[in-house]
Amino acid sequence: MESPTRSGSMLKRDNLTFGFPVFLLSESIIFVSFFATYALLRWKNSNWFPAGVSGLDIHGAAISTLILVCSSIVIYFAERSLDRHKLVRFRRLWLLTAALGVIFLIRQAIEWHNMPFGLDAGLAGATFYLLTGFHGLHIFTGVVLLLYMYFRSLTPGNYNLGHRGVSSVSLFWHFVDVIWIVLFVLLYVW
Amino acid sequence: MTNISVESTDDPPKLNPMSWKRYFSFSTDHKVIGVQYLVTAFLFFLIGGLFAMIVRAELLTPQLDVVDRSLYNGLFTMHGTVMIFLWIFPANVGLANYLVPLMIGARETAFPVLNAIAFWLIPVIGVLLLFSFFLPSGTAQAGWWSYPPVSIQNPSGHMINGEFIWLLAITISGISSIMGAVNLVTTIFQMRAPGMSFFRMPVYVWTTLSAQLLQLFCLPALTGAAVMLLFDLTFGTDFFSPFKQGDPVIYQHLFWFYSHPAVYVMALPAFGVFSEVIPAFARKPLFGYKTVAVSSLLIAGISMLVWVHHMFASATPNWMRVLFMVTSMLVSVPTGIKVFAWTATVWRGKLHFQTPMLFALGGVAMFLFAGITGVMLASLPFDIHVNNTYFVVGHFHYVVFNTVTMAIYAGIYYWFPKITGRMYSEGWGKLHFWLTFIGANLNFFPMHPIGLQGMVRRISSYDPQYTGWNVVASLGAFLLGMSTLPFIANVVSSWLRGRKASNNPWNATGLEWTTTSPPAIENFEEIPTVTSEPYGYGESHRLAVDPLSHLS
Repeated sequence: MESPTRSGSMLKRDNLTFGFPVFLLSESIIFVSFFATYALLRWKNSNWFPAGVSGLDIHGAAISTLILVCSSIVIYFAERSLDRHKLVRFRRLWLLTAALGVIFLIRQAIEWHNMPFGLDAGLAGATFYLLTGFHGLHIFTGVVLLLYMYFRSLTPGNYNLGHRGVSSVSLFWHFVDVIWIVLFVLLYVW
Repeated sequence: MTNISVESTDDPPKLNPMSWKRYFSFSTDHKVIGVQYLVTAFLFFLIGGLFAMIVRAELLTPQLDVVDRSLYNGLFTMHGTVMIFLWIFPANVGLANYLVPLMIGARETAFPVLNAIAFWLIPVIGVLLLFSFFLPSGTAQAGWWSYPPVSIQNPSGHMINGEFIWLLAITISGISSIMGAVNLVTTIFQMRAPGMSFFRMPVYVWTTLSAQLLQLFCLPALTGAAVMLLFDLTFGTDFFSPFKQGDPVIYQHLFWFYSHPAVYVMALPAFGVFSEVIPAFARKPLFGYKTVAVSSLLIAGISMLVWVHHMFASATPNWMRVLFMVTSMLVSVPTGIKVFAWTATVWRGKLHFQTPMLFALGGVAMFLFAGITGVMLASLPFDIHVNNTYFVVGHFHYVVFNTVTMAIYAGIYYWFPKITGRMYSEGWGKLHFWLTFIGANLNFFPMHPIGLQGMVRRISSYDPQYTGWNVVASLGAFLLGMSTLPFIANVVSSWLRGRKASNNPWNATGLEWTTTSPPAIENFEEIPTVTSEPYGYGESHRLAVDPLSHLS
């Protein structure tokens, strides 16, 4: 005998809204392990940078930080537009977020290109490329997710359905933003 | 015990969704995934066991005579890696996948596709690891801890070397475990049936939740460490290289921050199985249910704060050593609560010694032994004396084999009728138990005395004074190898031709026993409503399921 109500109230609670933050908490531990390793190594080694290098480009990184913080504000308003059923406005802000992410990535690529030392130049090189690279990978993933959700929203009738994904992607974007701020303080300000 | 099953209409038409072929497909049914995990894990258990038997064959004599030193190093490294990452983890996750949705009254898990992907990564890891035997460099040889600087030597000079593959496999295993953990934790929080409050969940669900939370919040530290070690090995960085600016002790911290809790990831589900099996065969409610349930979370919490006890001999500052000695000893409080609860449950119970109960009681007794040596090892002066000796190996194997593997066996026998719809053979089961129990103690007990006498672990030739105990241990290992034969024979023949099992052959409580054996695709015809605590044994008026729920 088939049960009359296949779904019922308990089945269709929003698992993604619960599960995705759980995943992000777990993911953050990888960053914590990298940050902790970096902090311990830096604390133990007095001459950190290779000979001839005095430090990292803090001004450039500060502008990148500003870009990411702005993108977090933009995505917040994008989500709010969707809540108010202003789909066109949502799409514009959503794309703007992705664009800011791309600008951030381009700036990062330029910084890597102009770097006076490589990955194998002692701990400064190793930690710099590992941390910014791993974070950049997350920004890249975020941009891909943003674009995926954008194209999904173009399908007619999909937009209520896509809402859950929208909040998860937005949460992910805030997450990589916060990680960047920690990274900025540890890597550039310290 | 009634054998007349409800659906004894001899040959029900073979429905396609229930065909055996589903076990070889990308299924999203948690029951299929559970069985896939269990069977795959058991195959790797046999492989890991084979490695162990070669190691024990080498240790029969003090000289080096069976394998050469590099292969020996590779074999014990792969033995540890395969047993932990491809046997105990997946076997536990398999049981959890099968049981948790049934126990909490859900039709499926929260993220079925994610769950299926998590499973299919397991064979990938296995193939990668086994493939590394055929590399010019051989397999990884730095032990399952993979401590630098040994692990980043790369004597072969190839980029694709055994250690590289090992680190890759560990990273993929981490991804798989995190996917599985997100799925199980979300399932437990989100998908419980009406009335199934946290304090009505069986202890097995509590222990699974605790273990999977540990995976979520500790495992990424190992993944991070593995990535950095991979960079050191492959790209010439020196995060952990003591020859330049790096610090190998940081790797040890990251590794043990995960790998100590990992022992509880393995052991907690075992405690869950004991808590299900013992009340059912003692016909008494589990003593102190709520305390036992909460102590699982306590074990998980404390286990995150003890990792430095693996590093008492790693130039750790003294204040840190004393601090971690105290936290390590604290773990014995919540684990002690559990052992006392099981003992009190058995006390004056009406005991039935079917195979699951034998494995459960054997496992609890062995866990008591492992716990005592654990407290000994937590003590700083003692640990420094036996650090890196066979005493540690003995203690560890009393946990992971004599406790956890016994519990997995107990669980497989206990839920075999539910999973397959058929009864296993009790005689073969008991033979399996006694071979395993005797073999395990012969194998792992001698490691304690030779460890106390100073025999160092991970060596292929040793001082002749240790020969006697080593021969005993090796004979125990071969007996353990043989002990799997009656198990395989039993499972295969019973699954094919065993007696049909009723829905609840043990007259046990718990939602999984209220549905058919094996359960239909959607688990329950109707989602049950839960009205009481679990383990209502001996009190017939306290049913776990409200028989009138379908009216409301």
